[in-house]
Amino acid sequence: MAIHQDHELHTRRWSRNLGVGLTLAAFIALVFGLTVVKVQNGSLMQGADHTYRSEIDPANQMPVAEPEQ
Amino acid sequence: MSDIQADIAGQTTTGEAGFGDYVQLLKPRVMSLVVFTGLVGLLVAPVSLHPIEALAAVIFIALGAGGSGALNMWWDADIDRVMSRTQKRPIPAGKVTEGEALAIGVALSGISVVMLGLATNWLAAGLLAFTIFFYAVVYSMWLKRSTPQNIVIGGASGAFPPMVGWAAAMGSVSIEAALMFMVIFMWTPPHFWALALFMKGDYHDAQVPMLTVTHGRRTTRTHILVYTVALVPFALAAAFTSIGGPIYLAVALVLNLLFLIGAWRIWRRAEPAAEADKYHVERRFFRLSLIYLFGHFAAFLIEATAPAGALAAAIGWGF
Repeated sequence: MAIHQDHELHTRRWSRNLGVGLTLAAFIALVFGLTVVKVQNGSLMQGADHTYRSEIDPANQMPVAEPEQ
Repeated sequence: MSDIQADIAGQTTTGEAGFGDYVQLLKPRVMSLVVFTGLVGLLVAPVSLHPIEALAAVIFIALGAGGSGALNMWWDADIDRVMSRTQKRPIPAGKVTEGEALAIGVALSGISVVMLGLATNWLAAGLLAFTIFFYAVVYSMWLKRSTPQNIVIGGASGAFPPMVGWAAAMGSVSIEAALMFMVIFMWTPPHFWALALFMKGDYHDAQVPMLTVTHGRRTTRTHILVYTVALVPFALAAAFTSIGGPIYLAVALVLNLLFLIGAWRIWRRAEPAAEADKYHVERRFFRLSLIYLFGHFAAFLIEATAPAGALAAAIGWGF
């Protein structure tokens, strides 16, 4: 027989804490999974990596030709 | 020592909900219907999402439904205390405070809309936001207590999930999404009016102007028949779109025939006869209405599978 018996209040608190904790963990797992899928499905992306690359320099972009009048 | 015990006893009455009480606040039975119809809308769309994106979309649609359910319970706490059907809900039962319900409702609504937008697209997120607004504000705060047409117009909020699912996959809406919407929209009034016929005193006690209270039970029976007849063309028309097919048509023909017969029986009945058999026909019609909706959406789902497509091709079915 247990020496200490939890009050019903503590049982409810425990269920609430566990439920909220598991919900948050599931949310994090879902956002992580979504991020992986988005990155895998995304088109080629180039971020700044502190090295000059002429292909992403706006100055080297071809100007859009104006239609002739 | 007695002071401590008194303090604990005081705390148990409010603000110490178990996790299950929070789940009840989100109306899990309504959520299950939303999950099912939203999932069908998503799966029958010709463009398929990555399974993780589809899972996220369904979870956030469900969370949005749960958030609006919590807002509804927060707003309706006063009448929930009066109606026997709703007295055991978390707020009237004293398990969750009204402030908590409001906070959970607002938070879940916001999270669900933003996350659905990030996971799929902003049209789907906008439709979900409109659905939550429609259910929490237009239906719960405005229509429910002001007009006997509350169920008719408010039914739109329950009809949006398949359209949100479709928009999540496609990034647009089309005739198929509109027909799925219309099937639920036109199904909602007969479903709830049948419930109102046999949950006799509840709406009257809570002074909610259901049609049974404002226009009487004879008029309600007529309305059930009229809306059921108006529902049939939408349910059958869906068979001749890209989400329908021969299996769906067969299921829809049987279910609509049964639903029409049920509505006809309700219309023909006089009140003393209904009271004598404790609303047997009305209760059976209510149960049939659940099967009706599930059957139609399950048939949509079957039509989206490869064997159903092969069957349609074999008999030359093409729309």
